[in-house]
Amino acid sequence: MSGGSGSLSPALGPAAAARGPWSAGRARGTKTDRFGDALLKSLCAAASLLAVVILGAIFYQVLDGASAAFSQLGIGFLVHEVWQPNFGHFGAATFIYGTVVVSLVTMVIAVPLAISIGLYLSTTASGRVRSVVGPLVEMLAAIPSVILGFWGLIVLAPFLQAHAEPFLHSTLGFLPLFGKGETTGLGLFTASLILTIMVVPIVAAISRDLFLTVPKDLQDGAIALGATRWEVVRGVILPSAASGVVAAAFLGLGRALGEAIATLQVIGGGNFIHASLFGTGGTLASRIAEDALGTPYALQLSAVFYLGAILLAMELVLNLAAQAIMRRFDAFSAVAAR
Amino acid sequence: MNPNVTPPSQSAFGAVEAEFDALTSGVAALSANAETATPPETASADATQTQPHPSGGAKPRIRIGSAPVHASAMQSAESATVDALSGAGRAGAAPARESIFDVREMSVSYGTNTAISGVTMQIQRNMITALIGPSGCGKSTFLRSLNRMNDSVKGFSISGQVLYHGHDVYAGSVDPVEVRRRIGMVFQRPNPFPKSIYDNIAWAPRNLRMKDDLDRRVEYALRGAALWDEVKDRLHASALGLSGGQQQRLCIARAIAIEPDVLLLDEPASALDPIATLSIEQLMQTLKHRYTIVIVTHNMQQAARIADRTAFFSLEATSRAGVLVEYDDTDVIFTRPRDPRTSDYVTGRFG
Repeated sequence: MSGGSGSLSPALGPAAAARGPWSAGRARGTKTDRFGDALLKSLCAAASLLAVVILGAIFYQVLDGASAAFSQLGIGFLVHEVWQPNFGHFGAATFIYGTVVVSLVTMVIAVPLAISIGLYLSTTASGRVRSVVGPLVEMLAAIPSVILGFWGLIVLAPFLQAHAEPFLHSTLGFLPLFGKGETTGLGLFTASLILTIMVVPIVAAISRDLFLTVPKDLQDGAIALGATRWEVVRGVILPSAASGVVAAAFLGLGRALGEAIATLQVIGGGNFIHASLFGTGGTLASRIAEDALGTPYALQLSAVFYLGAILLAMELVLNLAAQAIMRRFDAFSAVAAR
Repeated sequence: MNPNVTPPSQSAFGAVEAEFDALTSGVAALSANAETATPPETASADATQTQPHPSGGAKPRIRIGSAPVHASAMQSAESATVDALSGAGRAGAAPARESIFDVREMSVSYGTNTAISGVTMQIQRNMITALIGPSGCGKSTFLRSLNRMNDSVKGFSISGQVLYHGHDVYAGSVDPVEVRRRIGMVFQRPNPFPKSIYDNIAWAPRNLRMKDDLDRRVEYALRGAALWDEVKDRLHASALGLSGGQQQRLCIARAIAIEPDVLLLDEPASALDPIATLSIEQLMQTLKHRYTIVIVTHNMQQAARIADRTAFFSLEATSRAGVLVEYDDTDVIFTRPRDPRTSDYVTGRFG
């Protein structure tokens, strides 16, 4: 390095002199240059540090707020299903169950739907359809969740109660999952559908962009082998984009897990675990939103923090799982295990 | 996968082997009916369903709607013998050969931009036909139009006719998927799938339900592409670990695994070093006994070395559209071309 620069400067001399009418340019490494570099570096470092500090502060706050509930309710909190603050009953099981079920149902409906939309927009749709439908799908994500929840409450829930739930109950009623509907139409199923509407645009938009990045080379190679469109999708496009689609799905799942207001509006606030999707229930997030303000009991507030701690832990595990799965998919496409 | 579904009576794979046997034992009786006249152009629509697919267990993907295509495909396997036998004594026997492609007044444009205009040429069986010419003269467009690879290109439109065994490739009743299944293509940049070597080859046969004896089919394809000895011990390793030349040969193997009739090669060696190029060129010399090869090349020496027939494309001065300037036996093109533009190009005065 030093030897290189030593031999460089004499060589530069005559070249700079021969440059003619142009100025030789400012030398590098002045005070201003160094200051600019240092400023950039420290700004970036500070921003990153801030993110870490905020994360740490939130973790601390949640755990600190929950400490009273930790000591009084203990681990049994996780398995008690009744939540009746005025009787001093606090249990998280209903909400853990509700969160898991609602998230699962949401993902089961949303992911295939979103991938289909992504495939349609990236491979099948004509340019004009793509430029109209694409932004519309993305706009779906821009609807504030409280409005979506409101719509779910006054439109979707009565519709489901009157039509969808009786139909599903009569055809698939032998499964406990599709029990008898509530009179309001509010419940886990309705919440799942509302969350589906929230998750689909995100996953669809990301998958579409991912599918568009699959090299044309590879697709042409498959097409030239007499592959049908579906075979190209299945054999080339989906495998190439798999890890990204999984990441998108987990991003959507994160949103489904954490969404509080819309869920609260349509889930019906049930207090017990039951197998039927059409029954009312609650998720961790919806219960936090419902009880976080104006709780008369100190223990209740602490228990709400406990719920928050559980939700945080779930999201953390989810994040780690997502990373592990993505690594696995990437390894697949690289090594191509058979 | 499921032996009940696909009757493994005689796969096309077996047919090719039989052809080999016939070749070695000198039995030419097999090919008695091979050199039939070009099939009638009007297809009888009723023969579609009952025809057995020429590739034995392969999934019939025929919406091409005509018995003659089947017949010609059958015939291609058989008459290969004749051509391989007579191929030894080839030299100026070109006019006697059967045309695989009969392109009439083909013009292609992308939007308002005319890429090629009024190309008429015939491409003959079991020959290497090279397309040469300066950049942008439309030779790749021409090549990709032969198997409808341009269909998905925005603004693509074509006029004129591309007759493949007498059938218009662009007729409304023709399924482009079936066209591409018969007319294979290898691209400029090696584009193996991010799968194992084995799966790269087996992917298309699996799609086409040519599943019986897949291992032998893979071996046959890899041997055909002169790659077997190099990869036989690591068939399940990723294809992306191969060198560029090996990847390109893998792409050729992948193409011949589904036993196409024609191989279109779009500058297959332009991304390769000289050694790999040489091996690809040698490979083409052996492949032409079984397939008809059309190759686009930037490299005139390459065309001179390998091609039986050479077509010189150029840009028309006024319209800026690609035109076919001259098409003849390779030695004519390179030693005594009729058109001054050809002679300018092959002597290196432009391009």
